This record gives sequence, C-alpha cells and structure tokens, in this order.
Amino acid sequence: MSAVATRSRAMPSWLRRPSPLWLAVPGFVFLAVFFAYPVAQLLSLSISPPEGGGFSLAAFQRIANTDVYLRVLGITFKIAGNTALWSLLIGYPLAYWLARMPEIFRGRMMLFVMVPFWTSYLVKTFAWMIVLGRSGVINNLMTGSGLGTQPLDLLHNEFGVMVGMVHAMVPLAVMTMLPVMIGIDRRLVQAAQTLGASPSRAFWQVYFKLSLPGVTAAGLLVFISSLGFFIVPAFLGGRRETMLAQLIITQVQELLNWPFAGALAAMMLASALIACWIYDRLFGISTISGGSAQEGKGRIRDIGLGVLQLLATASSHLADLSRRVIGKRGNRLVLPVFAWLVIGFLVLPTLLVIPLGFTSSQFLEFPPPGYSLQWFETYFSSPLWISATIRSFAVAAATAFLATCIGGFAALALAHSRTRWGGLIFAFFLAPMIVPRIVIAVGMFYLFARLGLVATDLGLVIGHTVLAIPFAMVTVSAILKTYDMRLDQAAATLGANRVRTLAYVTIPLVKGGLVAAFLFAFITSFDELTIAIFVSGGIKTTLPKQMWDDMILQLNPTLAAVSVVVFVIVTSLLLLAERFRRAS
Amino acid sequence: MTVPGSKAPPKLVVEGLCKRYGATTALEPTQLSVPEGEFLTLLGPSGSGKTTLLQLVCGLVELSEGRVIIDGRDQSDTPVHQRDIGLVFQHYALFPHLTVAENIAFPLKMRGRSSAEIGKRVADALGMVHLGHLAERFPRELSGGQQQRVALARCFVYQPSIILMDEPLGALDKKLREHMQIEIKRLHRESGATIIYVTHDQEEALALSDRICLMNHARIEQLGTPQEIYERPRTAFAADFIGISNILRGTFVAADGERRLETSYGRFSLPAGAVASGEGGALVVRPESLRIDAGAQNRVEGRVKEIVYAGSETRLIATIGDSELMTLRLPAGEVVPTLGETIAIGWDRDKAVLVP
Ligand SMILES: Nc1ncnc2c1ncn2[C@@H]1O[C@H](COP(=O)(O)OP(=O)(O)O)[C@@H](O)[C@H]1O
Ligand SMILES: [Mg+2]
Repeated sequence: MSAVATRSRAMPSWLRRPSPLWLAVPGFVFLAVFFAYPVAQLLSLSISPPEGGGFSLAAFQRIANTDVYLRVLGITFKIAGNTALWSLLIGYPLAYWLARMPEIFRGRMMLFVMVPFWTSYLVKTFAWMIVLGRSGVINNLMTGSGLGTQPLDLLHNEFGVMVGMVHAMVPLAVMTMLPVMIGIDRRLVQAAQTLGASPSRAFWQVYFKLSLPGVTAAGLLVFISSLGFFIVPAFLGGRRETMLAQLIITQVQELLNWPFAGALAAMMLASALIACWIYDRLFGISTISGGSAQEGKGRIRDIGLGVLQLLATASSHLADLSRRVIGKRGNRLVLPVFAWLVIGFLVLPTLLVIPLGFTSSQFLEFPPPGYSLQWFETYFSSPLWISATIRSFAVAAATAFLATCIGGFAALALAHSRTRWGGLIFAFFLAPMIVPRIVIAVGMFYLFARLGLVATDLGLVIGHTVLAIPFAMVTVSAILKTYDMRLDQAAATLGANRVRTLAYVTIPLVKGGLVAAFLFAFITSFDELTIAIFVSGGIKTTLPKQMWDDMILQLNPTLAAVSVVVFVIVTSLLLLAERFRRAS
Repeated sequence: MTVPGSKAPPKLVVEGLCKRYGATTALEPTQLSVPEGEFLTLLGPSGSGKTTLLQLVCGLVELSEGRVIIDGRDQSDTPVHQRDIGLVFQHYALFPHLTVAENIAFPLKMRGRSSAEIGKRVADALGMVHLGHLAERFPRELSGGQQQRVALARCFVYQPSIILMDEPLGALDKKLREHMQIEIKRLHRESGATIIYVTHDQEEALALSDRICLMNHARIEQLGTPQEIYERPRTAFAADFIGISNILRGTFVAADGERRLETSYGRFSLPAGAVASGEGGALVVRPESLRIDAGAQNRVEGRVKEIVYAGSETRLIATIGDSELMTLRLPAGEVVPTLGETIAIGWDRDKAVLVP
C-alpha cells in the first residue's frame, strides 16, 4: 500500500500515464512559431507600422480612399464567388454520377479528378494559355475549319480567368461533395418514390437536401481558396482582373510596403474568416470534417424546404419537356454525357501540353509541325533548370519527412485522446490549408527576413512543412479512423508497452497511410510557388519559381518540356500515393 | 392459386414475373396470387430472390418478363410513385432531415392532401403506433424499435393497396422482435391491409402468416398455410428449412408386397397414400413424432449423444449409423435415457412424409 502511495507521489499522474496529446505538442509548437505567429504579426503590422510605432489605421484608410484598391477587392470577391458558383454547378452532376457508380469504377474515375487537382497550377495555367491564346488550340481549330476568320479573344479577360479558376477548383468541389453523397442512403430516394414522390421530387426533397452539407462545404472551400489566387489571374486575366493576392505581391516585392501588404492580407484573411463564420451560423462548421449537419428549426428551415419543393416542381417540368424532345433513353444519357464532358474539361488541357514539349518548332504552335527532343535537351543541359529541379526534390523530401512525422503524430494524438478540445486542435492543424497561402507566405517572409532564413533551403523547408502538415495529418487521420484501436489494447494486454505497440502493431498496420501522407506532402512542396516566390531568392530557386519567372518573361517550348517533366513526376507520385492509401 | 373459399378478386397477381441481371437470374418466372387482406410471407435463405420479388412488385426494379396486376389493373409499366404500394425497408429508410411527424406526413403531402387532413391522419397514425409524444423528434433521436414503428406508421398512414415489408425486424434484438411481431399482427388485423412480408426467420413466418411462400434458388419452393408447409413439406428443402426435421434418404424397394424405402439405417414403410415415383426419395420425420419404442413399426438404433433440457420438453440428439444425427422431443415426465445409451427410435409410418 505505502509503496504504491510513495510511487504515485514521486511520479505525477501525467508522467505515469502520459496523455496521448503530448504527441501533438511538437506540431503545435512548430505551427505556433512558423504559422500563427507570423500571420498574427502581419496582421498587427497593418494597424501598427514598424517604423512609426503606435496604433494607426492609415493603411486601411488608404484602401478605403483609393478607388483602385476597392475595385481590386470587389473583383476578388466577384471572381471568387463566381468560381464557387460555377464549380458547384459543374461539379455537382459529376459528383452525383460518381457517387452512384460501383466502388471500383468510382475509384478509377476519381483519378481523373485527383490528377488535375494535384497538377501544378503553373502547368494548368500554361496549358490554358496554349489552349485559349490568340494563336492557341481553339482559335487554330476555328480558323482552320473555317468556322471563324477572326481569332476570338479568350485570354487576358474575365472569361480566361474564370475558365482557369473553375478548372482548378472543380476537383476540390467534387472531392468535398463526393463523400457526403456516398454517405446518402440510396434507399431513402427509393423510399420517397414508393411513398408517392416523383423522381424529381425525390431527388430535390430528399437527395439534394441531404447532399447540401457537402455542397455548402465545397462552396466555402472553393470560395476561400479562390480569394488567394494569383497565378491564374496573372496569366489568364487582363489588367481588369487583378486580384488581391497580386496586389500583395507587388506591395511586398516591388514597394516593400509592409503595413500596406499587412492591411491587404488582413482584409483577405478577414473575408475568409467571415465566410467561415457565416457558414458556421448556417450549417455548422463540423460538417466540413464529416460531422452530421445540424438540422435547423423554425422559419429558415421551412423556407428552405419550400424552395426545394419549388425546385422540384420546376425540374419535373424540365424533365417532362426534355423527355418529349430527346425521349426517355436520351434523358438517361444526359447525366453520363455531361459527366464525361466535365472529365474531358478537367483532363484534356493538361494533356495537350505533352506533345508541345516534343515540338520541333521554335514556337508553341499546336499541333506541332514536327517532333524532336531539343527542348528536353535544353532543359537537361541548363544548369539553372537542373539546379532548380534538384533543389525542389531535396526540399520536397525534407518537407515530406518533417510533415509526415509532425502530422502523423498529431493524427495519432487526436485519434487516441478523448479530449473535448479535439475538434479545435484538429482545426488548428488544418488552418494552414484554410488561411490563404499568400497571407502565410508574406508573414513568413517578414519573420524569415529577421531570422536570416530568406533565400535558404531551411527557410523553404520550414515554409513548405507548414503547408504540408494539414495534408499529411488528414491522410493519416483517415487511415487511423478505419484502424481498430482494440488491436492496440490487445497488444497492451499481451505485454507490449506504448512504444512497442506503436512500433510492432500500429505503424506496420498504417504503413500505407504513412507512405501516402509522405507522398502527398512531397507533391505539396514540389509544386509550391507562393512561398517560393518570397523565400527562395536569387539563384536558389525551385522548379516552380523558375517556371514562374520564365512564364513572366516569355512563353517558350522549354516551359512545355518542363511542364511535361513536372506533370509526369507529380502524376506518378500521386498514383503511387493513391495505391498506398487504398492498400491500407 | 387463390386461397380456397375466397371469392373476392385477388389484390395482387404476378404472372410469369422474372428478373435477370446479365447471366444471373434473380427471379425465375414466377406465378403468385394474393387475395385481399392476406398476410403472405416470403420465406427463404438469403439470395433466394425475396427482395427481388418485392422490388419488382413495387417497381423499384425493372422487370425482365411478366406482368404485375394490382386490383385487376396491369401495373407493369407504372412508375414507382404512382403504384400506390407501401414498402417498409429493412433499415427503415426514415428521412433524417425530417421530423417523425414530417416523415409520416410525407406520403400525404406527395398526394396533395389538405393540411387539415394531413394533421389528423398523422396524429392518428402516431397514436396507432403509440408515438404521439415523439412527433417533433428527428429519427436519429429514436431507438431502433421506435424508428421501426415510425416506418410502419409512415406506411400505414396513406392506406396503400398493398404493403410490402422487407425484413422489417431484421435489425432488432430478439425480445423487441417478438414484441414488434405482435404489433404488426395487430396493425394487420385493425387495418385489414394486404401485406407481403419478407423474412428469413422461419419462426417469424410461422407466427405471422396466413400463407407462407417458401423460396429457394430464385423460385417458389412451396406455397401454403404454415400448417400445410410444416406438416406436409413437398421437398426436403422445405422440410429442412421449416422446423427441425429428421431426413432419411434411400431408394425404393419392393418387399412384403409393398414399396419401402431402403436406407443405410434400415428398411422403412412409407406413409399411406404416398406416391413413390422414381428411384428413391427421403422420409421426413419431425422430432415430436419420434419416440423411444423398441416395438415400433419403423425404427432405428441410435446412441444418445446430447441431452438438452428445455423445460416443457427434453430434446435428445442421437447418432445413428456413423454420423447421421436424429433429434427427438420427449414431453416432460417421460423417462430420459442416459448419455451414451443405445436406444430404439421409432415412429408410426403415417407420421412421416415422403419427399422426392
Ligand atoms: N443489382 C443486382 N445485380 C446483380 N445481381 C443481383 C442484384 N440484385 C440482386 N442480385 C442477385 O439476385 C439474387 C437474389 O437476390 P435478393 O432478391 O436480394 O435475395 P434475398 O432478398 O432473398 O436475399 C442474388 O443472387 C443476388 O446476388
Ligand atoms: Mg433481401
């Protein structure tokens, strides 16, 4: 008795049975120092400039008083809102179609969504420049087939930006909506029909209603991600499609105006947070991470159900009409045809880049007049490109290792702990995915400038790790969710301590998930540009940074060859990651 | 195939109904006729085509061949929502975004009933399943048994001409299941509805049904009242699936001027009137027809392997021959042999049934 008592006094209970939450501490500290602190500081800079000291709203006054800035703000909201709307309109039918498919087929089809999602923005944007340009693929086909004589202006205007943004965001929308749709019990729709609901009413009043949490979550994520875009508007938009992120880059890189950059970043972050807040009011934020939606009460709910009823009536008239025009069989083909068109829209532009990498021409003409390997030779013999490639690989490997450790332990901590703060901790680790990258990048630049980390590989690795942690954690969490915790308990009853349980039971079983997390983190870093723009200076560039610089100067076939290389590397890593993820 | 004595035209007639998925046949061409007010059970092992038959009747699955006639009208091409059939799903399929009352009101709303009528009928339906106090709850806030009752109320509330139930009690525990069986029986009696009920539980089928439609390998194996199927199974499968059966296989031989069944355990006389066609067949004897009797006309030797005391009776399991097992039921009060004892197991020849 007394022995037990002394022992427990000598060793406090949190040491004897350490809470699993300790595993999340390294990640917590890392994110606090390199993510939360710099972002907070950037925001504080906007109200208290570094030189003047003291509180000042000057930066915000300047925004409010300058037409240009207000317009950029308005344009940013408009483009982000429209992108969210179109991504949902295009993505919903595709997700619906995928959700009804047998699982194996759906898994294969999802690659057509995943590959464009992970393909570098630079490659995607480059592809659209080639497709939409004045002497691009579409205009070539049009004039070649005699459909039109004047080339259409598809680039450097709102149309170009919207195409590029929607193309980039539809995969995110589909990937967010799909799990919700798969979770909907198909028998509910059948039940509605046996109870007398016509197919359209059954769809709108049951299926669509139940898929709404996914739809709104997708809308929110797309909107927030779109707020921070700068690659697409920089290359596909014109002067009038300048977005907030471009403005921030100019303020930092050319004008070194920190308070003003801070104020702009604050506006962007505030917009994102307000969007989240509205979402939370309406639907409950937990629906994003797969929690069940709260069902509202009262008038808003009645109005919502009423709207669905109207939609049902309208669409049932539409279905009748189209049945009369294209027949019953034709009606059944509408969905698959549309889904395949969307898949073509997602996949084809990037694939067009491949032949261009092998062109024998000095120009980016499509189709290429002949084929040669000269542009790959140019790439492989250029010290600049090769050193950038090597740096990207090294940085990505280091990032992937760090992010997998940090994110993996955090996921493990959350899976094992029953703390009621779990949701909040999860959200904190996910935050780098939600906070616009440009805000993180600028804040980090300011911090790194004082730490002497700018233009160092260490700085890049730290920056990329911040961005990659959410991906790694989500991947490992998903695997742990399907992991039977009783196996750990079994190991414990069989005499294994915690470390041995981890080493001999848990890790071998979730190995596939860890490899997948590693690869996702690797890809995140490998084609990361935002942080690289600020943190990799001078000759120490990464591959995406080098592409960006080249694209700003002039489009050339070497870029096509580089795009092919990047595309092939990222796609192979992604397919590998998917294999490992599925296997476990 | 209507029940003898019923004059009313059948509520449901199924003619040559058949469903194929590519090469697999989920339902062979099937005939079935259900009179108004009947409680018919589709009973059979899983994969025997019960769900397929239900889904064809309500139109959730497109038929490959045949016709579905309800109240004398061919409904084979009528879309699901116009068939006026109620279906109770195995896992209830309650709408999670609607309250209990809204769930029950759903079919009435779809039929454009006035809100006054809807209010009254929903209240009645809730009362019928004793859930009036839970009207404003959402389905996930209810227990399994309560959800089941909501599903029943949602189906009975619009008085569909036929109610189909696909293993509605499959997800409940035994105690609750027995309670709900009584509920369903009461609802059937009070509403006079025509019910087709799917189950793979033979006790449930025996307890509930007016008639049982026994299914196997995508076909109807036997159709009849519970007594008919229990007492006069037409196939070894039917005998084996319903109740406990002792089945003795053999070939027919002529001996002492009559046909008998020659098995590896002895030669047995056939029940009177049995048609012994073909090479051989099997005798089915229920455990309660067996007794320990060295003087019986038909008998086998067995060694007592297991004794199970079950209150009102004692069950003996005996090995005959090398490995075959036989089950006997001894009423309370009879002398129970000891384990390992060799006993003579006998039966009256007319208590056995001959099946092909
Ligand atoms: N959608 C389908 N595609 C292919 N085969 C099916 C489908 N639905 C049912 N089947 C097959 O039809 C047979 C009967 O199934 P079902 O009617 O569900 O049986 P039960 O309800 O008696 O268990 C099974 O062999 C099943 O595999
Ligand atoms: Mg079934």
